[in-house]
Amino acid sequence: MPESMVEIRNVTKVYERGQQKIEVLHGLTLDIPKGDFVALMGPSGSGKTTLLNLIGGLDQPTAGEVKVGGSRIDRLSSGELARWRAHNVGFVFQFYNLMPVLTAEGNVELPLLLTKLSAAQRRKNVAVALQVVGLADRARHKPRELSGGQEQRVAIARALVSDPQLLVCDEPTGDLDRKTADEILGLLQVLNREHGKTIIIVTHDPKAAEFARRTLHLEKGQLLEQAA
Amino acid sequence: MTKSSFVIANLFRKRTRTILTLLSVIMAFLLFGLLQSVNSIFSAGASFVGATRLVTQARVSFTQPLPLSMLPKLEAVPGVVRVSHSQWFGGVWQENTPLIAFAVDPLRLRDVHAEFVMPDAQWQAFANTRTAMIAGKLAAEKYGWKLGQKIPISSNIYPQKNGSKAWAFDLVGIYDGKDDATKGLASTVYINHDYFDEANLFGKGRTNFFLLKLADGNQAEAISKTIDAMFENSPDETKTQTEKDFNLGFVKQIGDIGLIVRWILFAVFFTLLLVVGNTMAQSVRERVPELAVLKTLGYSDGAVLGFVLAEAFALCLSGGLLGLLLATFAGALVEQGSGGQFRLSPDLKVWLIGVAAIVLMSVAVGLLPALRAQRLKIVDALAGH
Amino acid sequence: MLGQALAITGINIRSIPERWASSLVIVIGLAGVVAVFTALLAMATGFSSTLKATGRNDAVIIMRGGSDAELNSGLDREQTDLIKQAPGIRAGSDGKPLASAEMIVIAELVRKDDVKNGANITLRGVDPAAFALRPQLKIVAGRNFTPGLRELIVGAGVLRQFQGAEIGRVVRMRGSDWVVVGAFESHDAHDSELWTDINVARTTFSRSGSSSILAALDGAEGFDKVKGGLAADPRLNVDVVRELDYFNGQTKQFRQTIGFLAGTVTIIMALGAVFAALNSMYAAVAARGKEIATLRAIGFGGVPVLVSVMIEALLLALVGGILGAVIAYALFNNLSVSTLGQNFTQVVFNFKVTPELVVRGLVIAIVIGMVGGLLPAIRAARMPITTSLREL
Repeated sequence: MPESMVEIRNVTKVYERGQQKIEVLHGLTLDIPKGDFVALMGPSGSGKTTLLNLIGGLDQPTAGEVKVGGSRIDRLSSGELARWRAHNVGFVFQFYNLMPVLTAEGNVELPLLLTKLSAAQRRKNVAVALQVVGLADRARHKPRELSGGQEQRVAIARALVSDPQLLVCDEPTGDLDRKTADEILGLLQVLNREHGKTIIIVTHDPKAAEFARRTLHLEKGQLLEQAA
Repeated sequence: MTKSSFVIANLFRKRTRTILTLLSVIMAFLLFGLLQSVNSIFSAGASFVGATRLVTQARVSFTQPLPLSMLPKLEAVPGVVRVSHSQWFGGVWQENTPLIAFAVDPLRLRDVHAEFVMPDAQWQAFANTRTAMIAGKLAAEKYGWKLGQKIPISSNIYPQKNGSKAWAFDLVGIYDGKDDATKGLASTVYINHDYFDEANLFGKGRTNFFLLKLADGNQAEAISKTIDAMFENSPDETKTQTEKDFNLGFVKQIGDIGLIVRWILFAVFFTLLLVVGNTMAQSVRERVPELAVLKTLGYSDGAVLGFVLAEAFALCLSGGLLGLLLATFAGALVEQGSGGQFRLSPDLKVWLIGVAAIVLMSVAVGLLPALRAQRLKIVDALAGH
Repeated sequence: MLGQALAITGINIRSIPERWASSLVIVIGLAGVVAVFTALLAMATGFSSTLKATGRNDAVIIMRGGSDAELNSGLDREQTDLIKQAPGIRAGSDGKPLASAEMIVIAELVRKDDVKNGANITLRGVDPAAFALRPQLKIVAGRNFTPGLRELIVGAGVLRQFQGAEIGRVVRMRGSDWVVVGAFESHDAHDSELWTDINVARTTFSRSGSSSILAALDGAEGFDKVKGGLAADPRLNVDVVRELDYFNGQTKQFRQTIGFLAGTVTIIMALGAVFAALNSMYAAVAARGKEIATLRAIGFGGVPVLVSVMIEALLLALVGGILGAVIAYALFNNLSVSTLGQNFTQVVFNFKVTPELVVRGLVIAIVIGMVGGLLPAIRAARMPITTSLREL
């Protein structure tokens, strides 16, 4: 039995908007083993982003347990969660990934500023990360000088640079054309197969299922099936 | 890259906005530096000497003369080392340039004014030449007087015995101040009282001020009271105070300069707070998703608060320092142009107050946006696109 | 074209509430500049007008030659009498020359707001003719002093700023006691003085003669006659100055100093305000980039867009300027203060916010508004329509 990366037990998430209470996830239970590449799919409002946020430690459940890499992150304070994120998760979002005022290098280096690495070491790690995503020659460019696909690659490099076990992506190809989207998905696949990263992506893209190892469907806050 | 360079990079997100805000901060601190210096000038005169030298004048007004016969009585007071006297000459240079000129006893002047630096030979010449005068270095340079010249000075109060108000004196000495503070005051003209007393048409044996050198500065207040008590209810009632208090009192008569300066600076900084505060608020508002992303990377709420405050500080610090520097520059120019008379450059004290103001301002404009950044929830911020 | 500009301006202005913070910056910034400018110059204006009001063209002040202030001047008994007889002096209703010998004595009073530092006040001993020579001076409370007695009348300004000189009080001067029996008002520098009979002053302070003589001129050539007549007398060495010119001259130093201060402060503040205004207007233009592009795409010209931005800037600046003027007026107009005058005595005056000052302040606001609005307006007019629309 492969080691578990993510263990979700009976998780419920309720949002309060003013007077209203909206239950987005209902008693969800889920396991994601190490080295898995999961595509989380479902219609709008199904709660997939919410689930992703819980797994990534961006939010906490109203009830239930969330265990990632052996740690009960539903029990951590916000400061502890921040520290946990820095070492354990890498994120890629659909928009707003990169700081427009920094170069690609600078953006990738951001997570490393939280570590005790020297400037030289940081530079080395950044170079490696950019190499992996194939953007070594664009290191000095600012986001506005990069294409949409290149921006996402930089975001992926940044997500990798601290060498986390888990990569969490929210609609990473949502804003890209078909060809570029495939390139990005291909890159994620490589990261999963050759570098052993556990990857969870939320996506609308049906083609993503082809790149992932398995697909999970969410509807109205509940898992529909676990297809292999 | 470092955390600091990241903060600075963020400042230049909207370059024009940052530069314009910076310029506003510079202007505000330029004004601050200049006005505080003006204020300092007027509340200065607090040199060590000024705090321990006493000035005795007629109680009602120093425009009223006192008899010289009072001098021995003053010198006899315990704690008083030496007394000199100064009579206002009403000196005028050329058509209508007023001079600060006094008729004095040369050697007594030297004794009581330890801060004057002048070669011994010149002091002797002053004492031994009846028609001699000495002048401060700044005055001599300003009017182009050279040693050995006969300088024509008229008096707008005292005519000579022949009725003419035109006088002339031999410039036998030029004195300078001992340190920066006193150098700036070296613009007075001194003539020989004996000669003046004898040659003028009115009043003999009188003076406007007695300056008293004390053995122990701490005795200043007690000795002042003693002296004034001595002459109370006499036809020549006195008012004795430290030179520093005398200067302060004089300035107070001109007006409450400090109040005016405070009002102006209040208006200026109130506006500045709005300008910079608005810039910071806008800047944070635009960056909510980016700040959220920073948090996803593992930066704590506190770290993000720190970034925003650091940004505010960087902005206020660079603007503030540049403004103070400009004030120092401008002040130096004014000083040059006025022949050292107006020392408008901010001194160390003003700089320190300026830096304190910078820090306060940073917090005032940065705190609310920083708190907003600290409190923002990742999930809400990212969802809101 | 004007129609287009006004239409766009209307849209601009209606969106100001969305951009209230930036707009407020312009308004407050300009209010500050105008308020400070107006207040400082109101001080200069007040001082000037107080002194200018003192003194007439048809009266002369005669002092010892070479003195530039009454305090420095001293005429003995003989000289005083001679001067009064000079040709060119108008005769009074009693047939005698309308001339008043006046003597300046420095007195001391305590300020109302600052008890520690006493301040010097002018005590003026006068001849009876002094009142006829100054028709604007009126006794407003109590009565005039009785010649021969140690009685004082005090100016309205003295009562405003100092204590211890109210009617009925005894003022101690140089060892002698004087009773305040009345108050006068003349709306000029004399309001800062204490008046008494010159003969009583002479005997009390052991002086004779006078500090100066105020005389009424007889006709247009009166000035030359008096001047010439006195110059011709070898026993006399005097200066003859028109009363108006004498007091006018005394304001020069103060006006210059305040003028310099006001100028410097205003320029620096104005620059700061320009930068702030530029900032706000650039932000305004950026925020409305899409709207402007849409308008241009529809067919509105570049110039109307430019004009509309300028109008918005000007309007905000004007509102700020008016606010500043109102603040200055409310806080400072008629505020009574005093400063050191020519005799090293206090001159009491009021801040005076005149219509002229208000206009000058508003002009400054308008200039700042124009400078602050121009560059952003040009940018708005030149915005490439296509890029802005694409950003939608």
